[in-house]
This record gives sequence, structure tokens and C-alpha cells, in this order.
Amino acid sequence: MSEPESDRMIESEPDRKHRDRSGQDTDNSPAEAIVAIPLRHPWRIVIAVVLLLGLAVFVLDAAQRADYGWPDVGKYIFDRRISQAAWVTLWLTIYSMIGAIVIGLLLAIMRLSPNPVLKSIAWLYIWIFRGTPVYVQLVFWGIVALIYPVFTLGIPFTTPWVTVPNEIFTNLFITAVIGLALNEAAYMSEIVRAGLLSVDEGQAEASTALAMSWGQTMRYVVVPQAMKIIIPPTGNEVISMLKTTSLVAAIPLSIDLYGVSRGISAVTFTPVPLLIVASLWYLLFTSVLMVGQHFIEKRFSRGTGRIKSGKAPAAPEPAPTAGPGAPGAPLGTDFGGKG
Amino acid sequence: MTGVPMVLAEKVSKNFGSNRVLRGISLEVDPGEVLCIVGPSGSGKSTFLRCINHLEVVDGGRLSVDGQLVGYRQKGEKLYELKLKEAAFQRQEIGMVFQRFNLFPHLTAVENIILAPMRVKKISKAAATVRATELLERVGLGDKGDAYPAHLSGGQQQRVAIARALAMDPKLMLFDEPTSALDPELVGEVLDVMKGLAKSGMTMIVVTHEMGFAREVADTLVFMDDGVVVEAGAPRQILSDPQHDRTKAFLSKVL
Repeated sequence: MSEPESDRMIESEPDRKHRDRSGQDTDNSPAEAIVAIPLRHPWRIVIAVVLLLGLAVFVLDAAQRADYGWPDVGKYIFDRRISQAAWVTLWLTIYSMIGAIVIGLLLAIMRLSPNPVLKSIAWLYIWIFRGTPVYVQLVFWGIVALIYPVFTLGIPFTTPWVTVPNEIFTNLFITAVIGLALNEAAYMSEIVRAGLLSVDEGQAEASTALAMSWGQTMRYVVVPQAMKIIIPPTGNEVISMLKTTSLVAAIPLSIDLYGVSRGISAVTFTPVPLLIVASLWYLLFTSVLMVGQHFIEKRFSRGTGRIKSGKAPAAPEPAPTAGPGAPGAPLGTDFGGKG
Repeated sequence: MTGVPMVLAEKVSKNFGSNRVLRGISLEVDPGEVLCIVGPSGSGKSTFLRCINHLEVVDGGRLSVDGQLVGYRQKGEKLYELKLKEAAFQRQEIGMVFQRFNLFPHLTAVENIILAPMRVKKISKAAATVRATELLERVGLGDKGDAYPAHLSGGQQQRVAIARALAMDPKLMLFDEPTSALDPELVGEVLDVMKGLAKSGMTMIVVTHEMGFAREVADTLVFMDDGVVVEAGAPRQILSDPQHDRTKAFLSKVL
């Protein structure tokens, strides 16, 4: 059902009720409106005033404190080095999330597959990557190039046939993307798995009874329905990833927003203004993402899985299928605490 | 009747852990026959139905459809479990209709119907759509092709589900309590479609609580209780003159 239609229905509701009643009731005069003194909440006002005063004191004080270096904030906020670094942070986020979603989807499907080998591999992966801090993982990826300076192909403990220098992990940007993506994939796989599990078992059963293979059932029946459960928490993960990119300092990659801010402040000895600058940029990005997230969630919390707006009859029966609020459909927000 | 029975069950048994759900079911369904299975809930009716198209794996006995063993291949004395692909191939010939319809909610009625013919039988979308429209007309829903399941009543959804099963051109149709989830006023339209299907010569096994339907349409009525076939025979005879105490007790409650 399209938006305007439903609006009209809601508006017309009281009108109709009123008409119906006036047709039956003998007394047509409207009931007297209730005049009462509303419940007061004096403490809310008191607390709000106290907090606002506190905030005002803090702001006035901060504006005068030299340590905040407000002129420096103004000077560096649109500095070319900073905006370029913000760009790097954005691309780190995008590449890492793409990698994480692909690997995560694969892991989730492996974990739910009837094949015990695939299941164990996925379990082991998630156990390791979710069980260790992302900071530690990034430090590790940073020194992989030292542990494995060359890639070799051949029979172990004999002279290798091919030797390729390890150029993947000497590129710190690629190393950062790999490190972030591999860690995030473990979380994404849990989100995808929750989505896949939220689809009613009867769906896969009906698909199987129609002689579709397991892969076809996943692709055409289960995954499309799981998307509405998967997408909102994925948006959440994007926001989280944007901030997690600041940990690439562990690799050490220092061309991202946080890294460059630290770099500048190390020269100018003005750490506070540059932290504020970096925070403002992070806030800008997360705010934009939050707005996007809001619309995505609105889009996917509507009704049952209808993609096109239908020319269908106005009074749909309650569908027997699992809606987005279906029981046992965990949200992605409770995977929390990483790094 | 001569020839190979469509379904032949010989002492079929099935356990869920220590729970013996089927304890030696033997019955035979000839091509074109309509068999209705009735019985109290938990008697194993649905499980037996699900064994026939290998949604459940049989633990003991033999079960074959159209002369082919379900889920296994016999070589000499030994049985070999079928590959998933081979099991899927067997299922192509068996249509199934579920109590809760299980239509795909993200697809329209037509898309629901054409999905398996396109993906499994590799029929072109155009040809599959033509066939789907025919089938929808056959179940009285010619104008609902573009409707999503959520926009259809329960009775209409179940009729789409029947059309979806028929689209694979099955030799055998299984109905698992097809009207149990419906509002009473919607039961008739689904039963009518099933009656038409029975008249057209489709072999059907129907697990149902609709005694009127069983009396009118079934060639054979089977009463199951506690994982065994208690009584089987012509529906009129069983319904009017049940021989077994358990049948009598059950029928006195539902008739």
C-alpha cells in the first residue's frame, strides 16, 4: 500500500465512526469535553534548568580556555590534509564493509549449511575473529609482512617453484582494509545468520518440496526475505566501522582522519584542537549515515515483504508469514563491544 | 488395479529420538486414487506424508513412489542413500500443499508459481507464465496473478499454493491438512478445487479433518492412531460402521 492511501484511511476513520453513531443514537449532541488540570511535572523542569545551566557554564568556560585552541580548530577544520584524510577514512570504511559483507554472507551460509566441514570452518573463523580485539588483530596484520616476507608455491621443505614478494601486506592501506574486513566479517556473519534464521522454516520446506536445491532455496527464497532483517543492523555496522577505522594506527597506517590529526598535532603541539577537528569530521559522517539509516529502517519496517507498491485490494488479511517484528529475529545492535 | 502402485508403503517406521512416530505403516495407493488419512493429532499422519516426498527420512521399512524407492537406491542387497540432487529429482513428481500455505511472501502469485518450473525444469519465463495463468484460472484466481500473498485471503493463498504445486506437473499430490488454518467460510473454496483435481484423475493423499470431503471424494479412508493404520477401507463404510474401538472413539468426537 502506498503512503498517501494509508493516510487517507486513517483520516477517514473518525468521520465514519461519527456518522455510524449519529445514525443510531437518539441524542445527537456531542458529549461534554473533559476539563481537568493536567498532571504537572515540576522536577523535569528543575532538572532541565540545572543541566542547561551546567552546560552553559561548561561552554562559556571552554570558549575562554586556551587549551581548546579554538582559532586552531577554525584553521585546521578545512585544511586540505584533513579533508584528504577524511576521504581516506571514508574509503577505508567502504572497502572494509564491502569485504565484510561478502565474507560475512559466505560465513553465515557456511554455518547454516548441512556440510559439517563448512560449518566447522565458519565456526572456527568466527571464534577467532570475534574472540580477539580488533586492535590486536590490526597490529598482527601490520607485522604479517615481517613474518611472511615472501609467498612461495611448491612442496614444503624443498626449494619452491615460485616465489613472490609479499606486496599485499607491505601496502598498509590494503593491509588495513583486510584487517578491518576480516574482523567485521565475523560480526556481519552473525547478522546475516540471524536474518536467515528469521525466515520461517516452512519457506525452505515449501521450496524443497518444489524440488529446488539447497542453493536455489537460499538464493531465491530465503536470502531475499532475510534482507529486511539484515539491512538495518548492517547500517549500524557501517557507522561503527567508520569509527573503528581510527584503530588503523595500530598497523601503523597514519593517512586516515585520526592519524593525520595526530600527525599535525605532533608538529604543532596542539593536540586538543586537532582532536576536536577530527571529532567534528567523524560526527559529520556518522550524522549523514544516521539519516540514511533512519530511512532504510523506515523502508524495511513497513508491512510484510512487499517490494512494489501494489494495486491490491485495500483490506489485506494479516499475513501468516514472519514480519520484521517476528519473534526470534534478533536485532544487530546487541552484538556490541568490539576492539 | 494392475500395474505399479503410485505409493507403496511396507512397514514404514520413523523415530524422532526415542519417540516412535510411525510404527509400521503399510498401505498402497493406486494411480488416480484419492486416499484420505484421518486421525487424532500426533498420530503420525503428517510425518507419513512428509516421508513420501523425503522431507523426513524413513528409518525402517520400504516406501516407494511409482515403483521407485524414496530417498534410496537399491543395488543388490544394499541400500544407498541418494544424493541431494537425486532426491530433489524424485520430488519433482510429487506436489505438496501445506497447512500454512507457505507461499513465498516476497513474490506475487504468478512469481510463486513460475519459480520452480523456471529454476528446476529450466522452462522459459514466458512459457512458465502462460502455464501459471492457466493454473490460476483453474483454481479460480485468474485475476490475482499480480497480487502478493499478503493481499490474498487464506483460501486464495491455499489455492495459489495448489496451483504452485501443480505447475511442476506432479504425478502425485500430497495435502497436509490443507484447510486446517482457514476460517470456516473459506474452507469450501479450497475443497472445491481439490474435488476438481480428484475428478481430473490426480492421485492424491490428503491428511484432513474434513469428514464430509473424505466421504465424498476419497476412494479409500485410512484411520491412523499412534503411528499405525488402525483401519482402512471405503470411506462410507468406515464412517458409518467403524470396526475398531479407537476409530469409533475418534469418529464420535469429530462427526
